[in-house]
Amino acid sequence: MALLEVNHLAIQFGGLRAVDDFDLTIEKGELYGLIGPNGAGKTTVFNLLTGEYKPNEGIIKLDGENITGKSPIEINKAGIARTFQNIRLFKQLTVLDNVKVGLHNHYRYSTAASILRLPSYYRVEKEMNEKAYELLKVFHLDRDADTTLASNLPYGAQRKLEIARAMATGPKLLLLDEPAAGMNPNETQELMDTISLIRKDFGMTILLIEHDMKLVSGICEKLTVLNFGRILTQGITKDVLADPEVIKAYLGDD
Amino acid sequence: MKERAALIDRTSRNDFVTYGMVIAAFVIVQILSSMGVLTNQLQGLLVPLCVYAIMAVSLNLVVGILGELSIGHAGFMCVGAFVSALFSNQVGGGMPSLLRFIIAILLGGIFAGIFGFLIGVPVLRLNGDYLAIVTLAFGEIIKNIINAVYIGIDGRGLHASLTSANKLVDAETGVILINGPQGITGTPRDSSFLIGILLLLVSLVIALNLTHSRDGRAIMSIRDNHIAAESVGINITKYKLTAFTLSAVIAGFAGALYAHNLATLTATSARFGYNMSIMFLVFVVLGGIGNFRGGIIAAVLLTLIPELLRFLSNYRMLIYAIILIVMMIISWNPASRAFMEKHRLGGHLFKKKNTAGKEGE
Amino acid sequence: MVTFIENLINGLSMGSIYAIIAIGYTMVYGIAKMLNFAHGDIIMVGSYAAFIMISTLGVPVPLGILGSVIICLCLGIMIEKIAYKPLRNAGSPLAVLITAIGVSYFLQNGAMLVFGSNTKSFTSVIPASIQTMQIGPFQVRGIAVVSILTSLILVGILQTFIGKTRPGQAMLACSQDRAAASLMGISVNNTITLTFAIGSAMAAIAGVLMCSYSPALTPTTGAMPGIKAFTAAVFGGIGSIPGAMVGGLVLGIIEQLSKYYISQQVSDAIVFGVLIIILLVKPTGLFGKVIQEKV
Repeated sequence: MALLEVNHLAIQFGGLRAVDDFDLTIEKGELYGLIGPNGAGKTTVFNLLTGEYKPNEGIIKLDGENITGKSPIEINKAGIARTFQNIRLFKQLTVLDNVKVGLHNHYRYSTAASILRLPSYYRVEKEMNEKAYELLKVFHLDRDADTTLASNLPYGAQRKLEIARAMATGPKLLLLDEPAAGMNPNETQELMDTISLIRKDFGMTILLIEHDMKLVSGICEKLTVLNFGRILTQGITKDVLADPEVIKAYLGDD
Repeated sequence: MKERAALIDRTSRNDFVTYGMVIAAFVIVQILSSMGVLTNQLQGLLVPLCVYAIMAVSLNLVVGILGELSIGHAGFMCVGAFVSALFSNQVGGGMPSLLRFIIAILLGGIFAGIFGFLIGVPVLRLNGDYLAIVTLAFGEIIKNIINAVYIGIDGRGLHASLTSANKLVDAETGVILINGPQGITGTPRDSSFLIGILLLLVSLVIALNLTHSRDGRAIMSIRDNHIAAESVGINITKYKLTAFTLSAVIAGFAGALYAHNLATLTATSARFGYNMSIMFLVFVVLGGIGNFRGGIIAAVLLTLIPELLRFLSNYRMLIYAIILIVMMIISWNPASRAFMEKHRLGGHLFKKKNTAGKEGE
Repeated sequence: MVTFIENLINGLSMGSIYAIIAIGYTMVYGIAKMLNFAHGDIIMVGSYAAFIMISTLGVPVPLGILGSVIICLCLGIMIEKIAYKPLRNAGSPLAVLITAIGVSYFLQNGAMLVFGSNTKSFTSVIPASIQTMQIGPFQVRGIAVVSILTSLILVGILQTFIGKTRPGQAMLACSQDRAAASLMGISVNNTITLTFAIGSAMAAIAGVLMCSYSPALTPTTGAMPGIKAFTAAVFGGIGSIPGAMVGGLVLGIIEQLSKYYISQQVSDAIVFGVLIIILLVKPTGLFGKVIQEKV
């Protein structure tokens, strides 16, 4: 059974069919890329998968479970986590706290325990700290994590933090929306290494949207190309990138 | 114990400074009082100062931590005041006064909390500007209804009317509890500076412990980016309600303290109208939004200074207004912020933004 | 039945005043994307300005009204430039709202210092000959007719202005997409300034009408009507001028009927209650649009 199965997904905004007849199958452990020119509907697909938008047609199944039309919270609990095209960090919280918010549903204690500082507060907070630092170390963000505000991190680190926070929710499928946007070649290489590492060490299945073809050809195994909301072609990265139709659609994009 | 020690980190140490400040204030006042230095005027201000400080803590929870603007918090204070006064009046000498007062305060808080919850459920769904207006509307509604209602009790039970107290209760056995615009009279004067300080500490403990906890992080994540919060599985409604309700409870405590300091309790615009709510907002903004310690200091200073500088009292509200406008522009205008950061000015304004997300460093 | 109709007419009278105020709110909210909490107090300033000119200085009524309009126009522009513009890109709508509250407070307390807090008696601008009229079986106040007509005329002028003139179209563009409008060569600054100018001018007219309807004038006279008018704007769908019109009229009727048939005290609570119910059932109001937040 594939981890993610999407069939005939479609959504309409007024008169515009932003995404139409979209199919996608991702196996567990795959690193899958979603590419296409600007405005093709890639982020819309993400929003449909994560529940921000409700589809007009189609079915989405995660690990066999039908999650079509569910709310973002339910879908996150079912096992999908994402990052955003425009970074959405909790700006006034520390790096550590950003990750701890991601851990929210996995480490609990009651409101009463918070206010009265019962033993469960101390015990669970300690566990959360440990887990959070564990994750942050993977991304080399652990130094001064408890005193640095997320908004004070350099841009590349902010993107990584967003991924770390998403990972903290313990997802089965990780959606990355243009993770390399705005990065220089060094940062992009570091990101590629980090993504490969998450995949290897955490057994994570990843679907990413990207324009940076170096990253796409470097780590994605399979691709789906989206154009005007419809699938142009999909398959193994090498083949897709060599497809003349794809090259035409991008028209000189690298 | 070792785990506890590891968590007595920077944040907790910071909180202890806040508690220490409040306790120190108490001690200093007591010393001044015993030396006979405090004028009658100042003595009379001690309980109101505690009331306003508690309201600053309450509002900071909603405006600073949850990030929503409420300009109706005086309404919750009003509920707490009237419920607690009603209780104390009814029980009268039936139990020792301290026990009666504590229960009255708790009841005031609980009922204010219930109102907070009931109002929060529909209101917190709204977008920021609408939410502000609706909280103002609710504050006015609560005040208007309490001001217009007559409640009496007699052998046959509780009676209420919106028009007059005549024929409301049996002439011989009946007692008017709330007399419309004349409110409640004869509430026992249980409030004292000591109880005010203790209540302030309790409120701070609730607010600070909530903020530095899992719930607090969830609430602040909603403030900072609610779409991202949703995407990591935070139940937005639940945590908005938690913050709002607890804030209302604390406001209820303040109301109870306030009510037991007055001979006559009336639901007037001056006491519980939106002017009051706005004054609390000024405290919060001036003290640094989200900065509990700052809010308390602002509440004290902005109440004390005009009282001491009587000649300014005509201009007091005008000065408040100017301070509010200037503070907002300085703290939020992008060019101004860049300037301040470059020259490392206005440390306390930026405490929340630059240092480790913990209020008041 | 006659009383009911008369109440209805009185309700429409106050309602049309609310409508004029509500339109000012809705325009500013739609174009400058902020809730001008001080709008109600600009009304108060307009009333005082007219009062000083007409009653104290003996200026003829039409000039007094014109003077009031000009004063409020300038006041509105000044407030926008000094207090709101610096925060336009503050990144938090909370900041502007709090500042607006500060401005409102400033105006109220300023007025208190300048004019004193005792109630002034405003002389109605309606000529004595038509103060009360008999239309069939109904006793109608002149102010009712004047305010209803005025609001209809103002709405008509505004709709034409927005639909047919360049600056008007610029306002429409800014309300829909400020960035795009700016890229099209529209001066966003000037458009917003114009919006505040129009809104404040209308506030002055509303102030004169309001004080002709009920003559008691104090520094806080504008606050409550301002809040109620905001209710009306939300009811009609914030950002929609016809909506504000409808909202104002409906609210005026509800308020008048509550006052007459229940009690003055409770009528405020009912008016606010209506606001709350509307916001719960249809947060975008009658004619408002749902705006999807970009993820």
